[in-house]
Amino acid sequence: MANINLVNLTKSYDNTEVLHHIEGSIADGEFIVIVGPSGCGKSTLLRMIAGLETVTSGEVFIGDKMVNDVEPAHRDIAMVFQNYALYPHMSVEQNMAYGLKIRGLPKDEIAKRVREAAEILEITEYLSRKPRQLSGGQRQRVAMGRAIVRDPQVFLFDEPLSNLDAKLRVQMRLEIRKLQKRLGVTSIYVTHDQVEAMTLGDRLMVLNAGYVEQFGTPVELYQCPETVFVAGFIGSPSMNFLSVTVADGVLTLENGATVAFSNGHSGTALLGVRPESLIANPDGAVRLKVEMVEQLGANTLVHGHLEGTGTEMVASLPGIETVESGTVLRFDAPQEALHLFDAATQKRLET
Amino acid sequence: MVERRPFIVFLTHFILVVGVVAIALPIWITFVAASHSEIRMTQVPLPLWPGDQLWVNFKNTLFGNGLEGTETAPVWLMLTNSLVMAMMISIGKIAISLLSAFAIVYFKFPFRMGIFWLIFITLMLPVEVRILPTFEVVAQLGMLNSYWGLTIPLIASATATFMFRQVFLTIPDEMLESARIDGAGPMRFFWDILLPLSRTNIAALFVILFIYGWNQYLWPLLITTDQDMTTIVISIKQMLEVAEASPQWNIVMMVALLAMLPPILVVIGMQKLFVQGLTETDK
Repeated sequence: MANINLVNLTKSYDNTEVLHHIEGSIADGEFIVIVGPSGCGKSTLLRMIAGLETVTSGEVFIGDKMVNDVEPAHRDIAMVFQNYALYPHMSVEQNMAYGLKIRGLPKDEIAKRVREAAEILEITEYLSRKPRQLSGGQRQRVAMGRAIVRDPQVFLFDEPLSNLDAKLRVQMRLEIRKLQKRLGVTSIYVTHDQVEAMTLGDRLMVLNAGYVEQFGTPVELYQCPETVFVAGFIGSPSMNFLSVTVADGVLTLENGATVAFSNGHSGTALLGVRPESLIANPDGAVRLKVEMVEQLGANTLVHGHLEGTGTEMVASLPGIETVESGTVLRFDAPQEALHLFDAATQKRLET
Repeated sequence: MVERRPFIVFLTHFILVVGVVAIALPIWITFVAASHSEIRMTQVPLPLWPGDQLWVNFKNTLFGNGLEGTETAPVWLMLTNSLVMAMMISIGKIAISLLSAFAIVYFKFPFRMGIFWLIFITLMLPVEVRILPTFEVVAQLGMLNSYWGLTIPLIASATATFMFRQVFLTIPDEMLESARIDGAGPMRFFWDILLPLSRTNIAALFVILFIYGWNQYLWPLLITTDQDMTTIVISIKQMLEVAEASPQWNIVMMVALLAMLPPILVVIGMQKLFVQGLTETDK
């Protein structure tokens, strides 16, 4: 078990910086999810922690040891890859035992560890099979088993569920979470799927274009996003953004509607409000002209524009609602559900 | 090609039958000739059905001197020479090209691509082109009339290096990374992961190279003057050049049959792997 510290970590390829001054400290036993759109550098960051990519500047600590120049094998980590990277010519058992064999563990110790891991993951009956004889979910388990038998200080997951179908993904997600809690091993998990991130992580590190946008618990990220990017990235459907002018405790929307809002700021800003925070109210200030309706069963998504402007908006109504396109719905939102961002810096304007 | 018109069926079968006859007839004649006595082979018309001398010819050829009244090496020795040469060439080629492809694909070193192209360019320089300088080098090294002289100049292989490079490139990078995390060093990765994954390709290449080595004619002809180092392919030619007599066709044909046998055995033995190696893409 170990804590991990990332100190001013930077990565460049041919003088192009792709990761900028990443800072973060991860406590022992924590489950951290690094999340962001594709190309944001999240896999690169994980691979730097694993030792598969060199560190351009800054330091990676695992435990109390600076591991910048330590070979992956000696970092006491285990990694689960997106395509599993199982050795196709070895049986499941040999796949799991390979790392231990190289480390020179005695045969009966290897057999014991493999058997234990196989029991935890319920793959005992497949031990003698080859990876190609297994389904995607089973291969995923074997890949996890290979990580578990090493008994490492840190688990690293690189989008391990993205090759599975939706149902299996949800199931494996829960299993990974339970397994991590049971083993108590510090884990870092990379994904582009914000639902996966929200459900798995103790804390989330949101990366965008090589910068850490925010590092916090899922609830913090949802309730108090620090930047426009985090606000739009976390939550589905994503947050609505409306340009507003703030003056004397009143927000003026583009179409002239006003909302009372006590905040010390004044001038133009960006108002963020989640679709599920919009509450239908016949006297509401926000007027939404409906264009399209999505029935999801548990709720109804109403897509449209802020009346009189081109600003797109989505509202989420509870239950099944029938709404004709072209009608105008009026909404209100409680003040605590309104997020104000600086239009220029995209940063949150604190109340 | 799922059309089933009678004419097409007839045509395709006709072409196939003609092809089979064209290949099989000479082999049949060889076999028939090898089963008659020397006297019978000088009489016209030549026999078209096997005689009763097959076993006698076989014994005389393999353990005698081949031709009666000559000083040539026994045929079993020539077969051994050919076998050793073909094995050394194919194993040597495979070993060297595996290692060079491994270096080119998995290691970063200065002029890596330059070296790759240098190897690739040697494709344009087969033995026939560089025969004089190569002979000179082998002679200077004192390797005339030895297995080393027979095989070493033929071992370096750009084709095989290129093929293994392509095979290695299809193996996902994660395999290497996974092995690195498991603690496997470069040679360990090579032995434990790369070699087993290229098994079928190695087998396919072995078949091709064995036949290439076995059929070598020009180079062994130059490099071996000692009768004890002659290869079987050369000896067939030599047996036909008898002064003031007609060739002993029954013996010559028996030698030809024997010379055909090892490549056939290799092909049959490795058929399954051979086909897999040339067609399989799943890694």
